[in-house]
Amino acid sequence: MSAAPSTAMQHGLQNCGACGLLSLPAPGVEKGHCPRCAEPVAFRKRDSIQRTWAFVIAAAICYIPANVLPVLTTTTATGTDSDTILQGVILLWSPTGWPLSLIVLIASIIIPSAKIAVMAYLLVTVQRGSIRNNEQRIRLFRTVEFIGRWSMVDVFVDTFTAALVQLQPLMSVEPGPGLFFFAMVVVLTMLAVESFDPRLIWDAASEQGVHYG
Amino acid sequence: MSRSNEFYNRPVADLSLVSCHNCDLLQRLPPLASGGSARCPRCNEEIRRRREDSLHRTLALAIAAALLYVVANSVPMLGLTVVGREASTTVFGGAMQLWADRRDTVSALVLFTAMIAPALQIGFMLAIVLGALRESPRRWVGVLLRHHRLTRIWSMIEVMMLGVLVALTKIADYATVVPGLALFVLGALVFVLAAMQSGFDPDEVWERIEWAADADVASEAAGTVLPQA
Repeated sequence: MSAAPSTAMQHGLQNCGACGLLSLPAPGVEKGHCPRCAEPVAFRKRDSIQRTWAFVIAAAICYIPANVLPVLTTTTATGTDSDTILQGVILLWSPTGWPLSLIVLIASIIIPSAKIAVMAYLLVTVQRGSIRNNEQRIRLFRTVEFIGRWSMVDVFVDTFTAALVQLQPLMSVEPGPGLFFFAMVVVLTMLAVESFDPRLIWDAASEQGVHYG
Repeated sequence: MSRSNEFYNRPVADLSLVSCHNCDLLQRLPPLASGGSARCPRCNEEIRRRREDSLHRTLALAIAAALLYVVANSVPMLGLTVVGREASTTVFGGAMQLWADRRDTVSALVLFTAMIAPALQIGFMLAIVLGALRESPRRWVGVLLRHHRLTRIWSMIEVMMLGVLVALTKIADYATVVPGLALFVLGALVFVLAAMQSGFDPDEVWERIEWAADADVASEAAGTVLPQA
């Protein structure tokens, strides 16, 4: 485009998040509906920063019991064992099992904590009106959006382990209280990503007329 | 149908005018050849991609996925034997066991992400494609398509598949694990679902859906905003 780049919002247009149609809200209407698909549309997601902060903080709080409390309790003839997520990773670590152990380590420990950190970083930079590293920040957001679901892996692992190993009186496995908090971390971080509006990353640059690309 | 209701925005007349959903940059889409794609010049997000023969391919894959889904959920997924005792479960059985262990929330989450959301994802896709293939697709196709994104985000068959494999490895220490038929069907389903989703072109459906763009208002709105590039 030869003209100076500008955003739909600067032209008073709203972009439908579902079907991509651009439309013009009626005068004085902040939040209308897409004329093609009826999705509620707005210039930016409603209270994006506050809502995302709420989800991120809630996820960070749940992250602590998720890692401290046991997610599985194994009862055998020799006694009862409670494992946290990290202990599960260590147990799985063996000459043959290490790739799976690594997958669980990445999916259950690294991804959720990185997601919380990345979302907090994006929120802080957006709130400070930063115009630096925009391309890296949008890439971070897309990565978080893409890999977020994979932290559910451990919830499935523990579910199926518990469902299968029911060999009373020899042995039984039960899910522990940590599993609830861990599942909440996954859900809350996914909701945080959903409520964050990536267009906010670019708004400060648009206002100051900084060009990219 | 009149859409002059104050709750509805007025559409721009020129449908080649779009804005990036990641950075809101206003831009004009060039005509795209089949298989071609367009990216945002500012943030590099993919704005459009034209898929070849999208609707028929997606329909075929959605039917395949529906069949695989039914099989995967009705036969045992994995079994194990230890000193003469046997146990086996399905996905539903796994969620029910959690429920029995009084982990209601987690149980509901597993049930939703591993069974309900994938079923909705496949069912919505079937209805969307079948509806879009009609001569004049109705608005309900758009309503389903609008909600389809959420069913995709929360459908976690592939994540569950990996979880089951890890669980198998863990259990192999205690008992002899017998992979069930459903496990292989599930593996196939993961690939069919991915192919179904990546071959689907939602823009093609949006373009076919009948809706009443009010021509007068549209041209008036367009006149105020179109900076000619």
